[in-house]
Amino acid sequence: MSKYYQPEIETMPYEEMRKLQDERLVAQVKHVWDNVPYYRKKMEEKGVTPDDIKGVDDLHKLPFVTKDDLRECYPYGLLAAPLKDCVRIHSTSGTTGKRVVAFYTQKDIDLWEDCCARAITAVGGTDEDVCQIAYGYGLFTGGSGMHGGSHKAGCLTLPMSSGNTDRQLQFMVDLGATIICCTPSYAAYLAESIEEQGIRDQIKLKAGIFGAEAWSESMRKDIENKLGIKAYDIYGLTEISGPGVSFECEEQTGMHVNEDHFIPEIIDPETHEVLPLGEKGELVFTSISKEAFPLLRYRTKDICVLSREKCSCGRTLIKMAKPMGRSDDMLIIRGVNVFPSQIEEVLIEVGGGDITPNYLIKIDRINNTDTFDLDVEMSEEMFSDDVKSIAKVENAIKDKLRSILGLGVNVHLVNPKTITRSEGKAKRIIDNRNI
Amino acid sequence: MLVKQVSAFIENKAGRLNEIADTLAKNNIDISALSLADTTDYGIVRMIVCDPEKAVLALRESGVVCKITETLAIAIDDAPGGFAKGLKALTDNGIEIKYMYACISHEKGKALMILSVDDPQKADALLASTDAGKVNPSEIYRHI
Ligand SMILES: [Zn+2]
Repeated sequence: MSKYYQPEIETMPYEEMRKLQDERLVAQVKHVWDNVPYYRKKMEEKGVTPDDIKGVDDLHKLPFVTKDDLRECYPYGLLAAPLKDCVRIHSTSGTTGKRVVAFYTQKDIDLWEDCCARAITAVGGTDEDVCQIAYGYGLFTGGSGMHGGSHKAGCLTLPMSSGNTDRQLQFMVDLGATIICCTPSYAAYLAESIEEQGIRDQIKLKAGIFGAEAWSESMRKDIENKLGIKAYDIYGLTEISGPGVSFECEEQTGMHVNEDHFIPEIIDPETHEVLPLGEKGELVFTSISKEAFPLLRYRTKDICVLSREKCSCGRTLIKMAKPMGRSDDMLIIRGVNVFPSQIEEVLIEVGGGDITPNYLIKIDRINNTDTFDLDVEMSEEMFSDDVKSIAKVENAIKDKLRSILGLGVNVHLVNPKTITRSEGKAKRIIDNRNI
Repeated sequence: MLVKQVSAFIENKAGRLNEIADTLAKNNIDISALSLADTTDYGIVRMIVCDPEKAVLALRESGVVCKITETLAIAIDDAPGGFAKGLKALTDNGIEIKYMYACISHEKGKALMILSVDDPQKADALLASTDAGKVNPSEIYRHI
């Protein structure tokens, strides 16, 4: 078996890929112009017609699509193919009540499953493997996407769906699962249960593909150590297709985007300007092959970096970093973009425990300068009977944040349980600036 | 002799030290020695108490971060030169003292000191044969 599922695409020289993208984009723009009145209106408002789009270089001329558009168009407003050609829907919960419904033709399902098969093949999945799908099945895309991908990659597929940990472990042992697909938090839970039941030596897992949730590098290391596997990241969203929009290869340094179907861009979330490769900003996707629900320039709100550096796996597909946070959560302090997730990574590393110490970011503006304070709840792991050791912890937090953000922060260690928690999730930011 | 010290984290805010004292009082835990090391933001309370395990449980229960560390209690003569004499076995062997504080003593002519060093076991062995090492445990872990 090849190490690639579709080598001709996955290792295609960039110039060829660009040509393919140009052709598909031109056709896609025409397709939505002809079939989706909502799109036509949006384009007309921006003064763009399909004639203006001759290739990827013209992509920036197109209007953006946001979650608000999806809400407004619920359920059929963005449908670009006749309903009789659609064979399935998937759905995801919207932020304010109404769900997003995405439609798929058989061709859309096929190309999506191809993307998932690329991801499974990239972690070593072949017809010798047993792939346990422990994502939820149903409206959620996780289960069925990876399920179809596993079929295409030739694995024996265990359609477990999520939950029922005892049954998961029984099948994992009895049927010798070698690859597991689930959320990272469920993987961590499975790892703990395996440890508790003392069945680690009966587990044949070699790889895991974990997505649909934010997770950190330290969590990756923890899962890898506990399960004795390689843990790979996968990225996707229902609006674009589902899991497999991008996937990690053996290098584990970012995810290859299936750019023959989905063109990524990075934009400045404030000015909407397209940013050059390597710069951090909001990730935007354009679906260039899908028939039923092809979103153009969909703003994901994920903050991310793209890179076209050569990858040792041989794939030429562009890579995206693990999203660093949501543009909704982004703070701008002294002109620097700051995400709570960056602070969490540092606190987990310094705290040495499994859980993030509770924290509170406090920002104010004094004499036209932003002040940046961070309260961190003291934990048993960070505490010591001598001042020097505690000062070391304090300085480690400061130094690491300074090197990651390039910002000085005042760290205050506070008594445990003194930072208010609301519904389990603490209110992490107090921004007192009046801008 | 080796003694178990309870140390606890406190923010520099009014009433924090009181909360700790209250918790110990409610649990009937007697304090023989106490010192406070503080910085601008926080402090560390170090205590020798009659029942360290019970104290730690009670403090944790009340939401205080605390721990037990091994420290040394030494007896010194309550007279000029007594302090230097008591520490001689440690200074002669190059053992550095991280911090120290005084403890209540009921024996006439003697003072008790609590010491923190990197290797308490080694320090204890060095002191064992000296006068400084002669400490009556009931003096430290006093039960009422
Ligand atoms: Zn690669």
